[in-house]
Amino acid sequence: MTARTLFDKVWDAHVVTGDDPALLYVDLHLVHEVTSPQAFAGLEAAGRRVRRPDLTFATVDHAIPTTGRSLGIRDPRSKKQVDTLRRNTERHGITFFGLDHPGQGIVHVVGPENGYTQPGKVIVCGDSHTSTHGAFGALAFGIGTSEVEHVLATQTLWQRKPKNMAVEFDGGLPKGVTAKDLILGMIARLGVGGGQGHVIEYRGEAILALSMEERMTVCNMSIEGGARAGMIAPDATTLAYLKGRPQSPAGDDWDEAVEHWSQLATDPGARFDTTHHIDATGLEPHVSWGINPGQTAPITASVPDPAAISDPAERETAVRALKYMALVPGTPFTDIPIEHVFVGSCTNGRIEDLRMAAKVVAGRQVAKGVSAVVVPGSMQVKAQAEAEGLAEVFESAGFSWREAGCSSCLAMNDDVIPAGERCASTSNRNFEGRQGRGARTHLMSPAMAAAAAVAGHLVDVRDW
Amino acid sequence: MKPVSVVSGTMVPLPLADVDTDQIIPKQFLTRTERTGYGDFLFFDWATTADGSPSSDFFTNDPARAGSRVLVTGRNFGCGSSREHAVWAIQDWGFDAVIAPSFGDIFRNNAVNVGLLTVELAEEIVARLLDLAQDPAAVVTIDLREQTVEFGDVVAEFEIDRAAKEQLMAGLDPIGLTLQRDVAISAHEARRPDWMSPAAQ
Repeated sequence: MTARTLFDKVWDAHVVTGDDPALLYVDLHLVHEVTSPQAFAGLEAAGRRVRRPDLTFATVDHAIPTTGRSLGIRDPRSKKQVDTLRRNTERHGITFFGLDHPGQGIVHVVGPENGYTQPGKVIVCGDSHTSTHGAFGALAFGIGTSEVEHVLATQTLWQRKPKNMAVEFDGGLPKGVTAKDLILGMIARLGVGGGQGHVIEYRGEAILALSMEERMTVCNMSIEGGARAGMIAPDATTLAYLKGRPQSPAGDDWDEAVEHWSQLATDPGARFDTTHHIDATGLEPHVSWGINPGQTAPITASVPDPAAISDPAERETAVRALKYMALVPGTPFTDIPIEHVFVGSCTNGRIEDLRMAAKVVAGRQVAKGVSAVVVPGSMQVKAQAEAEGLAEVFESAGFSWREAGCSSCLAMNDDVIPAGERCASTSNRNFEGRQGRGARTHLMSPAMAAAAAVAGHLVDVRDW
Repeated sequence: MKPVSVVSGTMVPLPLADVDTDQIIPKQFLTRTERTGYGDFLFFDWATTADGSPSSDFFTNDPARAGSRVLVTGRNFGCGSSREHAVWAIQDWGFDAVIAPSFGDIFRNNAVNVGLLTVELAEEIVARLLDLAQDPAAVVTIDLREQTVEFGDVVAEFEIDRAAKEQLMAGLDPIGLTLQRDVAISAHEARRPDWMSPAAQ
């Protein structure tokens, strides 16, 4: 038999019929309040039902408040969206972690922590950061609302098979360099369109050494490199994470699942359409300086000069970026002051992220004039952080401690960064207006964001 | 869905690379539960000043650009968020097609599903179109059946995958078609191990 990649194997196992495009079976459909109402409305208008409510899971995350929840949702349209999802899940028999559920949280945090996310599954959601789940060796990608409706009705999707890309991280990450720096460093090299039309398999020594939560951070940002999905082969780290989770297989099923999962890794000699090598030992902590995640550089560098960029389109984007970000070429990154810090999101809102940030701020104080916020990725993460004393560390340092949700990552709720102000953010997108109209985002790791909160400007956490 | 065959009309140039869906339709309009009515909010943060009044130099506020049917733009158009609202907004405003050197993968899929034609042309041809589109009266004609884009004395061919072309030309309801594959879907379900389905909660 031909040698196949991890992606080839998961793809092949899910082809119901057809070749190009193929009809792919979906094992897990994650649903949230923002991209689903029109899909359910379309389904009902056509008199159709949800084919597999048991393979569908819903929670609320995008537009919900992170404070004062006992008062309900003030914004009438957000309230209507959340109420609509509750009604739709009740009507169609779909498990729903609503605003008052102890498991509520960002769908890409809740899925894995409950064991819904498993190796070898095809997982979709009306959200581009569905790529997160690829950390388990699942094929996971974001879809639009018409496709959400298609999956609700048929549990399948027509897809053209993307190409295989390998990104090999050679050597181990240096001390003080995190999974976030690894993926930002990759996007800085490959560009925001570098992965277009591909599924990336992350490989190499640095990847194998990552925890599951770190792998999720890496796969999460695959879409920021333009890739359809990112995947990492399941291994002992994956099994240790999965064992005993509420939806993980148990007993004899566990043994059978492990046997199945152990065959997923890329075969020796399997062919990738594209391969990139990145020297992990040379990576440094990264920060973004522009208006897309590719406009990112090591913290030790300074604001680039657009005149030095050879590609005309990239140069033009850099000029616009510096204008929007109000930055002057040549300014050392560590001289850039910040007014806001956001620790959270589906990229960096898990317990290890909060531990990393808490370790930096412990016994220190948020700088004067800086508003710093921690938004746990899920209510389970929140509860665990409180049990470990992390919430207390953050609050005594001057951070605001919030309820779980997407929050300032896309600022659909009240957690908006004001125009002209600068935010050190652990999220995934520094697009214009992403955190609020006119707001200026610098992407970085939780450790770097926490250090910036204390210093009041961007800093190299390795000097901490 | 309305079938698409020939799109012919005036153009709007947007000479930027990597335009993300956050720009096409900003997040404050995503709390709506309707599928229509997004056209007024297309590129909202670029089309308005901070106090909400129209930006005079943006095309959505230019009467000479009203009625344009084709948006011409830079590479990797529609990258970022999966929000289909971006495609709805482009369509609601009045565009029937977008021409660019490349598109975000999810955006392109969303476009096919709602009958918005996305045409990929080489950078140099797009550059010529961007120049031509400076003239609000300049016309481009896209023929989906022939897979050609015609402007001035140029006829450029473009590639599009067969299934997307068929779906666009027939204005098909893909869900209805997929439901006809019920036997194959059920057969796949019968092969799935039970442990892959979550236990009822």
